Amino acid sequence: MFPAFDSVGYVSPQTIAFDSPLTFASGATLNRYDLTVETYGELNAARSNAVLVCHALSGHHHVAGFYQDAPDPAKSEGWWDNLIGPGRPLDTRKFFVIGVNNLGGCHGSTGPSTINPDTQRRYGSDFPIVTVTDWVRSQVRLADHFGIESFAAILGGSLGGMQAMQWSIDFPERVRNVLAIAAAPKLSAENIGFNEVARQAIRTDPDFHDGHFYQHGVVPKRGLRLSRMLGHLTYLSDDLMGEKFGRSLKGADYKFGFEPEFEVEKYLRYQGDKFAGYFDANTYLLMTRALDYFDPAQAFDGNLAAAFANSTAKYFIAAFTSDWRFSPARSKEIVSALLANKHDVSFAEIESVEGHDSFLMPIPQYHALLRAAFDGIKV
Amino acid sequence: MSGYVRPDFDVVTAWVPHGATVLDLGCGDGELLTRLQRERGIKGYGVEIDDAGVVACLDRGLNVLQANIESGLNLFADAAFDVVILSQTLQATRHTEALVREVLRVGKSAIVTLPNFGHWSVRWQLGVGGRMPVSKRLPYQWYDTPNVHFSTIKDFDVFCVEKGIAVERRAALAGGREVRFLPNVRAETAVFQIRGATANTRPV
Repeated sequence: MFPAFDSVGYVSPQTIAFDSPLTFASGATLNRYDLTVETYGELNAARSNAVLVCHALSGHHHVAGFYQDAPDPAKSEGWWDNLIGPGRPLDTRKFFVIGVNNLGGCHGSTGPSTINPDTQRRYGSDFPIVTVTDWVRSQVRLADHFGIESFAAILGGSLGGMQAMQWSIDFPERVRNVLAIAAAPKLSAENIGFNEVARQAIRTDPDFHDGHFYQHGVVPKRGLRLSRMLGHLTYLSDDLMGEKFGRSLKGADYKFGFEPEFEVEKYLRYQGDKFAGYFDANTYLLMTRALDYFDPAQAFDGNLAAAFANSTAKYFIAAFTSDWRFSPARSKEIVSALLANKHDVSFAEIESVEGHDSFLMPIPQYHALLRAAFDGIKV
Repeated sequence: MSGYVRPDFDVVTAWVPHGATVLDLGCGDGELLTRLQRERGIKGYGVEIDDAGVVACLDRGLNVLQANIESGLNLFADAAFDVVILSQTLQATRHTEALVREVLRVGKSAIVTLPNFGHWSVRWQLGVGGRMPVSKRLPYQWYDTPNVHFSTIKDFDVFCVEKGIAVERRAALAGGREVRFLPNVRAETAVFQIRGATANTRPV
């Protein structure tokens, strides 16, 4: 039966307009903006059962369920559908779940591809640089919109986990549980390096036009494609790629040329093309920059424990053995800082082969942990 | 380790001060931490390597950290805990001395519970029967046991003296009761409260 009995079923997004100005960490201001969201489950009378799901680099508000009006509804499932639904680890019979597309995104919320009301053209590279703290402040207004004083939990993987942590630092009274999966307290030089290569691929594409490619009727597809290929490589693990592709060839023999012959080349090109077909280049730049700038300890002389001093949330931190982009050691830095404050914290190191992408996979141990963590949350 | 009543838990519970910050190394399914929270109002953290144990602790709402205690306790700062508990764990570790040092670094004191290999039934099985001992408390065969460093009560006493570790309290248990006469022969389990000698001899 489709959708499955434990799916949230068919869903539809809604866009919420915010009319009071939001000033960013950079000093730039947006006078008004929209946030596109989806919700699953019912907000209880006390408004105490809300869970916010923060997305990572290329995510959005469509976290779970399916779109009835999609060309192929069965292929329209949300990016974390395996986690959310009646009877799933994040159980929508208990929780009211909100998925949000971040500011600067390209899936409905105000972002670089939105028309700037002041200039009547798309923001493009005029869109302010957004940081994780900016996102959190915009999400606070979203909570206000729903009348949610404090979230039962804020959950995210990777960049999403960083937002969840930042919430507990900036608005400790408004989040009771933080679940940060495959995250890090800040990027390493290597991480920033990968991001910079991805950005250079986009910004040096002749079709980029300094971020105003919309007016030229083109998309810097080559750059987007390259940045996605690079990103994809770093999200997987050597083991998984060995298992999945090895050195398999498309044909029987070497062709002694540069057309894709290895399966892995074909795969990366496919992923790159797919991504370049729908993702906004400026959004990709913004999202990677938000990652680079994330460093809650910076305001505390590099002392991460001091950054968490006022938070009151209970934390669940998890990392995956095959994730070399945000390795378990990075999560342990977070755990150590929380322990130094005697905060409630649990940490799991989960066996996986899927690298950084593991956080999206229905790995039985991972889902058992999340189920236990969510079951223990009082609403 | 579940399936039978753990008499050492009674002693550990009695020895942990109210409101203490406690680290339970090798906390299993979190039974002891749960009891300590209920009866002593502790702030507790468990460390467990086993996947199912970690899930069980989360199910109980405990703070649990998945880690291999053999690779050190570098998640924790010096003297971060009032009490560190090693209940029936030490005999299954390889780098026993290094671990005890780490325990005394992160804990102001430690409570260690050990199966007593000096118990008469162990001596009997090995000395007369000529076989490695198997009992309900030590249910493993020699080839599948996780326990690699067995000791007697006397052995652990000597270890502490040689390593400059202060033994603050000791209880020897048989059938859930404390035994004072011939403990190294009659006790199945021993509980030690220890403290790094430096804590007592620090120059003023």
